[in-house]
Amino acid sequence: MSHNLNIASIRGDFPILNEVVNGKQLVYFDNAATTQKPRLVLDALAGYYEHYNANIHRGIHHLAEKATSAFEQSRKRLQAFLNAAHSEEIIFTYGTTDGINLVASSYGRKFLKEGDEVIISTMEHHSNIVPWQMLCEEKGCILKVIPINDQGELLMDEYEKLLTEKTKFVSVVHVSNALGTINPIKEIIAKAHAVGAKVLIDGAQASSHIEIDVQELDCDFYSLSLHKIYGPTGMGILYGKRDLLNAMPPYRGGGEMIKEVTFAKTTYNELPYKFEAGTPNIADVVAAKFALDYVDALGKANIAAYENELLAYATGAVKEIEGLRIIGQAKEKVSVLSFVIDGIHHQDIGVLLDQQGIAVRTGHHCTQPLMNRFNITGTSRASFAVYNTIEEIDKLVQGLHKVKRMLR
Amino acid sequence: MTINETQDELISDFELFDDWESKYEFIIDLGKQFPPLEEQYKTEDNIIKGCQSRVWLNAYMEEGLLKFEADSDAIIVRGLVSMLVKVLSGHTPEEIAKADVYFMERVGLHQHLAQTRSNGLAAMLKQMKAYGFAYQAKSVNA
Repeated sequence: MSHNLNIASIRGDFPILNEVVNGKQLVYFDNAATTQKPRLVLDALAGYYEHYNANIHRGIHHLAEKATSAFEQSRKRLQAFLNAAHSEEIIFTYGTTDGINLVASSYGRKFLKEGDEVIISTMEHHSNIVPWQMLCEEKGCILKVIPINDQGELLMDEYEKLLTEKTKFVSVVHVSNALGTINPIKEIIAKAHAVGAKVLIDGAQASSHIEIDVQELDCDFYSLSLHKIYGPTGMGILYGKRDLLNAMPPYRGGGEMIKEVTFAKTTYNELPYKFEAGTPNIADVVAAKFALDYVDALGKANIAAYENELLAYATGAVKEIEGLRIIGQAKEKVSVLSFVIDGIHHQDIGVLLDQQGIAVRTGHHCTQPLMNRFNITGTSRASFAVYNTIEEIDKLVQGLHKVKRMLR
Repeated sequence: MTINETQDELISDFELFDDWESKYEFIIDLGKQFPPLEEQYKTEDNIIKGCQSRVWLNAYMEEGLLKFEADSDAIIVRGLVSMLVKVLSGHTPEEIAKADVYFMERVGLHQHLAQTRSNGLAAMLKQMKAYGFAYQAKSVNA
């Protein structure tokens, strides 16, 4: 599939790409950690603080009404982005991790009991492991793990074997941050539902690359972070089916989430406010809408087509580097190139590429069990976004040759 | 040589380099030449966990002087570690406890100390000084 994007013009939308790092023009290949922000998102942030900063849902003055309206427009925008049935199914959070913790803590504590089983996968980020471990420890539940093959793909027949009437929850990543693997989540969801389990999808890495339709997927929860979709840091959303969210107890107590408070008893506010205690991250929520507008104007299909070109080119180009092995060779993957080089520690690669102005991520990517599965301590990861270019990938390859020469 | 004399010597070594490549080649060479820590000392107790590379630090007293041996699985960190050992090892606990380690900043390597999560180097320096304080206290109490 081809794209119709003008990459030079897109690069012009991202001021940070003009930065000079260690005397070289920045090459930013750490997009799976966080994407850079286009000018209109920066302007939206400044515009909010300059013109209508006010606390929301409380004041009756002009600024408060304007801020509240912009805040709620973002909620509607995110509802459309995920094709959720109702806007109150969109809960604002601090990010993907926060959303997962909300579900593990609120849904998990109320509905899971001793002996129940929770299924995750080998390729989960620590943020989709630890909250479930904490829950399992507290409630006496059992955590089960879907294994993967050497390409970094889930073993679906093994998953089916894990599913029993004891399975009460399945929490799986849509796209692996360390490998780039796109998991067959629709199938995962359907199979979990067949045994009566609920499903959460960790969408942190998927949301900038793949169209997400929560109704078509039929997932019960979907958690994502806006900073990985060209939006601001410190905010994300949790999508949850309305009936489930209504049945769940609040996660945090405070202002905004209450209907009436007396010292004897408090009644809780309705969705989505029940889960949004305290003053939310208004500025970032407001600016997030502009990030989504930007992504949709380019078109996710266009973005994915272009990123796939970059990935295919990079995958071919690094083959000329002797001793380099790609970790994560799934048939279905996003623009993440994770690799190791024989005899060279990933941190040395990261330090020496940084000296050449090239930003990659090195380490275990917060997926230590996955690294153990591949019997490595970490990888170097180049992850591509819509503003990256073939020329930048050439610089990476030259940079890696230099790393090898220097460490010889 | 005092701690500061060793630091000043390292600073003048680095003045010879006019680009990042020769600077890092020097550090890589230091890393390669630094004697590896014996396996028996690469214990869980001696490990200083960074997010990316592992650093091991072994400390012992010899004739009133506190001595360090160290290692890392990444070569650049090994080179940096060797410099910290060269600067601090073989001095009294008191000297180590109150040492002002300034050479990293002066030779433009301060980012390696700042990135505490990525290489454990700052944690290692802290641990070396902690040994200084601990042995100092021990000798006072003895």
